Amino acid sequence: MSTMIATRDAYGQTLAELGEENAAVVVLDADLSGSTKTSVFAKKFPERFFNMGIAEANMVGTAAGLAAAGKIPFLSTFAIFAAGRGWEQIRQSLAYPKANVKVVATHGGITVGEDGGSHQSVEDIAIMRAIPNMTVIVPADGPETAKAIRAAAAYKGPVYVRLGRNKVPTVTVEDAPFEIGKGTQLADGNDLTFVTTGLMTAQALAAAKLLATEGISARVVHLATIKPLDGEILLKAARETGAIVTAEEHSVVGGLGGAVAEYLSENCPVPLRRIGINDRFGLSGKAEELIKYFGLMPADLAEAGREIVAKKRG
Amino acid sequence: MERTSVNSETISSLEEKARQLRVDIVKTLHKSQSGHTGGSLSAIDMVAALYFHVMRHKPADPKWEGRDRFVLCKGHAAPALYVALAEAGYFPKEDLMMLRRLGSHLQGHPDSKQTPGVEVCTGSLGQGLSMANGLALGLRLDGSESRVYALLGDGELQEGQVWEAAMAAGHYKLDNLCALIDVNRLQIDGEVAKVMNVEPVADKFAAFGWEVIDIDGHDMKAIVAALEQAATVKGKPTAIVARTVKGKGVSFFENKASYHGVAPSDEELPKALECLGEQCNL
Repeated sequence: MSTMIATRDAYGQTLAELGEENAAVVVLDADLSGSTKTSVFAKKFPERFFNMGIAEANMVGTAAGLAAAGKIPFLSTFAIFAAGRGWEQIRQSLAYPKANVKVVATHGGITVGEDGGSHQSVEDIAIMRAIPNMTVIVPADGPETAKAIRAAAAYKGPVYVRLGRNKVPTVTVEDAPFEIGKGTQLADGNDLTFVTTGLMTAQALAAAKLLATEGISARVVHLATIKPLDGEILLKAARETGAIVTAEEHSVVGGLGGAVAEYLSENCPVPLRRIGINDRFGLSGKAEELIKYFGLMPADLAEAGREIVAKKRG
Repeated sequence: MERTSVNSETISSLEEKARQLRVDIVKTLHKSQSGHTGGSLSAIDMVAALYFHVMRHKPADPKWEGRDRFVLCKGHAAPALYVALAEAGYFPKEDLMMLRRLGSHLQGHPDSKQTPGVEVCTGSLGQGLSMANGLALGLRLDGSESRVYALLGDGELQEGQVWEAAMAAGHYKLDNLCALIDVNRLQIDGEVAKVMNVEPVADKFAAFGWEVIDIDGHDMKAIVAALEQAATVKGKPTAIVARTVKGKGVSFFENKASYHGVAPSDEELPKALECLGEQCNL
């Protein structure tokens, strides 16, 4: 957990590397290239970078056209504008024709911070997940982002990758391979499983350590891919630990928690709790303050863990 | 406007092709009893000129790299595209009779996954020109000679995304792009001018840095000349603003907003075919 890197920084770096390796890679941005880090690519390959201005719907459609011309477009802006303003364009122009476009949305979740609720996307995972043909990826850290971006480039079809603004600790195993649709077990345990995505995976690992001091053994399963969902790893966790706590920097409605609840309730119902933003908008504040305010701290996860273990033991 | 280099024989044969395609549209829509009549008939002269004279394409090899691309932004006019594709040989003409039916490759709106010759999925209005821009940018990156043609409706211009795309095409100087605007002056709820006026269309495109050619969209000679002129324009995209009549060719469909999305009935079919100079022998 020593290195700290923002997933968007890892994205910019990886994109520039991909540009070197594959001439078909093109990049679009909507006036936020400095923030989304597509500027790293733009500096190296100005002829393959298209700033579309503050016009997200057109950016999505242009990317679809570039894909139809055989390119591999990556388009970026903040999550709220990509998934929000571009939703119907993503549905119609990208997902419906299975266009080979990668939507890499940065500044997801509440940790955007001071800009407040208008800029904090807490619904994007849910709305992207609802679109047929769409793959949804939320990496936990910098190294995993690099692998996820490479996997997205190699995959033929539309992909939504959600990244964050701030530096996050590295929690995944750096030399582990990344496969779209496969979850990763990062800590073993028998009493409950934290199923997490994005930066909440680091919080869950810390929560598991807290619980261990009390004699509660918590497993941590990180799902970088929310769609397609890794049913196998979930089923195993439900059968072997008998209780699930999901955690995400996103609404509890329809995101990771919703996906896990849907799957387990049909395949192996066990006590389950969803940690996330409780069906409300974000607020202005520092990222760390907001994490605390919205109950996304390791202590909050540990408390949910205690409660669910008690419930399981009935 | 510059005169077309094409002789009158070619023009006559394109006019006859357009007449045949109108017959196919009417028969197809009658058979499916579903679909958009008015906007298909208003656009068909331009579609005929593109598919049977202007565009480089190989129906036997729909993905041929050197092809020009066509984007039907006003996707509800899918019948106009389908009859042209069938006539050109992309698929058997019998398939037209399965329009909009379960199991058919001819969806209600163009679907690139299902129909050979369809480049992109359209139907939700306002998105097609953006895709045409992307195609034009991609082809230019590859140093391709191919051109991109996008057919929009005038009602469609009410979508803000069209103007985002118009701005971007001007900004990126997409001279391999030609937009044809089918100004038939009607939309579902009535006159475009009354629902939400989009005029002056020509001035708007010109203001975004486009070359603009204003024509009668049913004058085949003018259509061909405008398309030829567009191909010579350098450093900017071209918009052909085509003044058309919704339902053109079938007198009792013409200029009626009510025929936007209504198929010809059993009673209307023979009369419609008669208007088009075709015997009804169904």
